[in-house]
Amino acid sequence: MGIVTPGFQGRPRAEAPDLPPGQYLTPDFPVLSAGPTPRVPRDTWEFVISSETGTEYRWSWDEMMALPQETPTVDIHCVTRWSKLGTTWRGVSLDTLLDGVDTAADYALAHSYGGYSTNLPLEDLRDGQAWLVHTYDGDDLPAEHGGPARLLVPHLYFWKSAKWVRGIHLTVEDTPGFWETAGYHDYGDPWREQRYQGD
Amino acid sequence: MTALPYVDGNMLDGPLGEVFAVDLSTATARCAHCGTTGPVAGLRVYSHAPGLVGRCPTCVEVMVRLVRAPDRAWLDLRGTTFLQIPIP
Amino acid sequence: MSWRQARLVAHRAETPTARTLVLEVPGWPAHLPGQHVDIRLTAPDGYQAARSYSLAAPVDGERIEVSVQRVTDGEVSPFLVDGYREGDPVEVRGPIGGWFVWRPQQTEPVLLVAGGSGVVPLMAMIRARRAAGSRVPFRLIYSVRTPDDAFYTEELRRRVRDDAGLDVAHVYTRQAPDGWRGEPHRLGLADVNTHGWPPELEPLVYVCGPTGFVEAVSDLLVGLGHPARRVRTERFGPTG
Repeated sequence: MGIVTPGFQGRPRAEAPDLPPGQYLTPDFPVLSAGPTPRVPRDTWEFVISSETGTEYRWSWDEMMALPQETPTVDIHCVTRWSKLGTTWRGVSLDTLLDGVDTAADYALAHSYGGYSTNLPLEDLRDGQAWLVHTYDGDDLPAEHGGPARLLVPHLYFWKSAKWVRGIHLTVEDTPGFWETAGYHDYGDPWREQRYQGD
Repeated sequence: MTALPYVDGNMLDGPLGEVFAVDLSTATARCAHCGTTGPVAGLRVYSHAPGLVGRCPTCVEVMVRLVRAPDRAWLDLRGTTFLQIPIP
Repeated sequence: MSWRQARLVAHRAETPTARTLVLEVPGWPAHLPGQHVDIRLTAPDGYQAARSYSLAAPVDGERIEVSVQRVTDGEVSPFLVDGYREGDPVEVRGPIGGWFVWRPQQTEPVLLVAGGSGVVPLMAMIRARRAAGSRVPFRLIYSVRTPDDAFYTEELRRRVRDDAGLDVAHVYTRQAPDGWRGEPHRLGLADVNTHGWPPELEPLVYVCGPTGFVEAVSDLLVGLGHPARRVRTERFGPTG
């Protein structure tokens, strides 16, 4: 710990009982970006799930919007230590998208417009734990927060909820993504504080 | 004036100074993607992120990533073909 | 490079929303104008926040100066501008950066282009030029929103009078002072043509400001024929 500077508090933060260890509450919605923000028009947007055998399952924007929609309200936890409680989104459950996808894969690599990627076990995308969301707090998801559509996997650190998501590769072997190849944890459970490799 | 979310490679000097014994602030780097060679100080650095991401100013591909944990650092230079460091 | 403990020994207001901090840093090595420092603050519960600030003055023993602009909704700058008291400690790491620097032994003419608080490292160069007795011609083009937003106004006026070979031109983007010729506008080609150096003189150009400003100005300069390698830039993002 460094030398305390009297009077300095930093961002308002509170440790609440419903926060994972090391996290603080933020009223804002900080924008994190590792590169330029992609601008993806909806008429060319597509979402592709590709299986380990190479079979591709595609949805255009209109096809995705025609699927059953859900409105999850969830807590989100960023590895940079902010958490935001009770965020409301709208989108399609990954259960819906994976229904009918023929696969024996154990892992998923989500990849995005702009080149970002992140890996997670396929089972973490199932059973009502993950969504492809296009609406935040009642409005279209802004590009800086991952619009037109992003992944939402709130039980893992938020870097797993890939912004500008374009598709998911289903794989037999785990393939580390953008941050996972640079020191971040393969799984990223905030309640076990799995921030970095080896945590 | 649009708020662009990146800054100059100059800002890498402090964080990289924790990793390297030599001063990289006047180093030159070659982009593994497009071959552009230029000062590290001229990279576009995205710092509002879980780590620092330095991108080529020409092709915007990632040249350097630095992740800092409290007790460890990861430096990924796969997007950089070489670093040329002046040693006076 | 390690963190050193520093303390505030003096301060002065630059504008209603910015102040210069004079820090004493035991063991401080020498630095060059244009370099910056990281300042780290620690809260009583161990929470830390660090930011980079350009050094505003040339070497002065173990004393360094930074000028901090308060960023609305910022985390660190509001404290440094309004809350940080004389005698209190902070941690400092530096000096940092070997690219965006001016060395007094350089001989080519210099053009400095500042947007807002981007004037800070350029002021360090102007002060170092004076301190070294350099006669290298310097020109500063300084873009600010209103006269109240300009840093170092009195000192720049004095230096233009006393330091031979230094010219300063202000550009106002929102509101100009009485008697200023022209309308408020964003810094453009005409300003750079009138107040800068032609590329034939092979000046070294330093541009510092918000990322969008630096982008626009360096495009202008390169368009005028200044080689990109002679246009050195320092962008700062929206961190506060």
